[in-house]
Amino acid sequence: MLLEPRATPSRWMSYAAPVLAILLTLSVGALLFLALGIDPHEAFHVFFIKPLADANGWSELLLKAAPLILIAQGLAIGFRARIFNIGAEGQLIMGAIFGGGVAIAFPESQSAWLLPAMVLAGALGGALWGAIPALLKTRFNAEETLTTLMLAYVANFILSWLVSDPWRDPAGMNFPQSVMFGDAALFSMLFDGLRLNTSVFITAAAVLLFWLFVSKSFLSYQVTVGGLAPQAARYAGFPASRTVWLSLVLSGLTAGLAGIGEVAGPVGQLNLNISPGYGYAAIIVAWIGRLHPVGIVFSGLLMALIYLGGEAAQMALQTPAAITGIFQGMLLFFLLACDVFIDFRLRKPLEKRRAAALAKKRATA
Amino acid sequence: MTPEPTPPVSLRGEPRLQLLHISKRYPAVLANEDVSLVVQPGEIHAVLGENGAGKSTLMKVIYGAVKADMGEIMWNGRQVDIPDPAAARALGIGMVFQHFSLFETLTVVENIALSLGGEFDLATLAVKVKEVSQRYGLPLDPLRHVHSLSVGERQRVEIVRCLLQNPQLLILDEPTSVLTPQAVRKLFETLRQLASEGVSILYISHKLDEIRELCERATVMRGGRVTGEADPRQESSASLARMMIGRELPHCEAPLFDGERKPLLEIRSLSREPEDAFGTRLTDIALTVHSGEVVGIAGISGNGQAELLAALSGETPVAREMVHLCGEAVGHRDAGARRDRGLSFVPEERLGRGAVPAMSLADNALLTAHREGLVRHGMRRFAAAREFAQRCIERFDVRCGGSSALARSLSGGNLQKFIVGREIMQTPKVMIVAQPTWGVDVGASAFLRQTLLDLSRSGVGVLVISEELEELFEICDRIAVLAGGRLSPAVPRGQTNAEAIGLAMSGLFAQPTPERAHAA
Repeated sequence: MLLEPRATPSRWMSYAAPVLAILLTLSVGALLFLALGIDPHEAFHVFFIKPLADANGWSELLLKAAPLILIAQGLAIGFRARIFNIGAEGQLIMGAIFGGGVAIAFPESQSAWLLPAMVLAGALGGALWGAIPALLKTRFNAEETLTTLMLAYVANFILSWLVSDPWRDPAGMNFPQSVMFGDAALFSMLFDGLRLNTSVFITAAAVLLFWLFVSKSFLSYQVTVGGLAPQAARYAGFPASRTVWLSLVLSGLTAGLAGIGEVAGPVGQLNLNISPGYGYAAIIVAWIGRLHPVGIVFSGLLMALIYLGGEAAQMALQTPAAITGIFQGMLLFFLLACDVFIDFRLRKPLEKRRAAALAKKRATA
Repeated sequence: MTPEPTPPVSLRGEPRLQLLHISKRYPAVLANEDVSLVVQPGEIHAVLGENGAGKSTLMKVIYGAVKADMGEIMWNGRQVDIPDPAAARALGIGMVFQHFSLFETLTVVENIALSLGGEFDLATLAVKVKEVSQRYGLPLDPLRHVHSLSVGERQRVEIVRCLLQNPQLLILDEPTSVLTPQAVRKLFETLRQLASEGVSILYISHKLDEIRELCERATVMRGGRVTGEADPRQESSASLARMMIGRELPHCEAPLFDGERKPLLEIRSLSREPEDAFGTRLTDIALTVHSGEVVGIAGISGNGQAELLAALSGETPVAREMVHLCGEAVGHRDAGARRDRGLSFVPEERLGRGAVPAMSLADNALLTAHREGLVRHGMRRFAAAREFAQRCIERFDVRCGGSSALARSLSGGNLQKFIVGREIMQTPKVMIVAQPTWGVDVGASAFLRQTLLDLSRSGVGVLVISEELEELFEICDRIAVLAGGRLSPAVPRGQTNAEAIGLAMSGLFAQPTPERAHAA
């Protein structure tokens, strides 16, 4: 009731909102630690400073940020068009299955073409898993928020079946996991003793390509118009179905690439823990990054840091694992709240109250 | 219901409303400067002026939507402070806005209930709405959802909503632009009746004939100041126009077209079921627009205008043979494909359809003019788009903050000039324009009309769909009427008159026509 629309959106606020959201998250986080009986000062040190104290920390940061950034780039295209793919997790898993399947099919291969083939298959798997909701949306007008999310569960069940039965490692003591991939099926390490691998270059290339696409291409403009003013897109003759296909297939593709980055990277096999929720966290990354290819790089690094900090806090402070999700959730929550002030501003409550009182006095007079 | 407004306790001879030295400054402009105005009880008072003359701001001050920086408002002899519209309504001031403030997802009666406030019973209110709407000749189904209403019908909701509140002062902002001549008569009767009951009326319009017919006094504004007061019954349209725009009212010139007259846009027995349950079914529509002519389609919104436009523009494709563009059957093609073949289109809704509100004018140029070399190898050419927008701004005198100004920051008239300009600069073969001068001031309207005429004389086929008869008679070579989803035959302007068109608007044209008989 106390909000009123601004004449023009506040440019200042659109930059200040993420900063404000981070500050609010930290303040509420501090209260949370206090309630848990932990000194907030120490907690924040463990959470945000200590993980970056050594080279391994930075390697882990980039290792986690790379898939987040990659997925968020794809999601952001759809979000601009108001196509909400919230099932990137499923597309990531499908990418992992397709790509991992290639590695499992050629267990003895030493070919230099094995890894590229896996990457291609992974991209294809993710894109395919994104194409299903696109088909359902364009054909039957099925809400993509529901279909993408439901398909994420389906993907998870397929993975679960594969690693429990046909693709289970015979020597794996009945654990639901595949064989470990050979060296030719893995991204090579960049530095000795660190887990950071060459898949980070896929993300780097994607950032560049998406930046070019978003800022320069006519297609991206058409997609954006479809999101901002669907009637104007129809008026101009930009096909709405193309936007749906483009957004869902593209975001599926990036999620699939991220999936192959995991299984051909730190995980090294197919199992049930190939992603700690990257597909969902990337939604937050996309929004905090203002749906901008460069902004997403920063927000991806921040989210990766929260992952690392959450793990460190579990070990050093015995906090529950849920602390990571709480911080990520708060960040999105506060960001969306702060975003309101880009287009709206507070109406001076005093003036409003005086006005209401005056009107009342007149009505009864 | 809200408590009854204060009864008119004013002493006889006390003015209903008195504005004393009102000034209002916006960051960039002085919208009102030392404006004074007196309205007596039962007086129908016109406020005349071009867009940007400060009329709207002044009305918003009276209605409490804007707070004046200086000056006083006297209401029935008492000094009052009107901080917000609720206070204005409590005083007994009702206003019909030029831009509507209705919730699209609610029904007519729910919208009205919301504005009345307090407790209400929807069923009784619906009956009341129906009563009032019929009594004032503003037919309205209270149970329809607002999103399915045309612009014209939405305005009726606004008028009825005000009348339900038994106002002592009614402010009407361009109320007749969407009415048939007969309905205008009827509205005038209503307004005169209201006035005789003691209701004061502030009537904003640019239709000088109407003001001369209806109003007893007129306050003329220009550039935020009062430039004159007059008794419009004693003035001529020309003298009022002079006071308003400070020069003679320009007249449209329609030279003869001496090029080859060939059919460019052919509509062949177009029939279509509506997508929306409340839409209008189009029945067997036939019309041909030739090069070098302006054809007008008269009629009130809600009679199939929206459906016909969407079918012609390609926003909702129809059967292949129903629409021919330059000899090619394009009925099944989408808007983009028809544009590729030389069609340009200016829709009724400027914000959100003709332009993306949150984008700059340069970006909005790209919306349809990307065919003019603004895109190369799938990549945008930013400088070319800016330059195109800049040329459009200059050539069509769009008043704005340059090519980087957001579309939504422009006034309705200036955005319209930009959109029309953008479409014309693509050198179309056929140009379709809906409501070309809706809410556009007199000077700009004349300019737009002349632009359309000139365009047609350069060999383009121009189709204009408008609710304003005066406008159609001014620029059209032939006029047809769309009523109840049926189109009357297009008659040369010289062979018809407002009365006949008005009758046809009620659906009373002879059918079947010969043109259709041989098509069947």
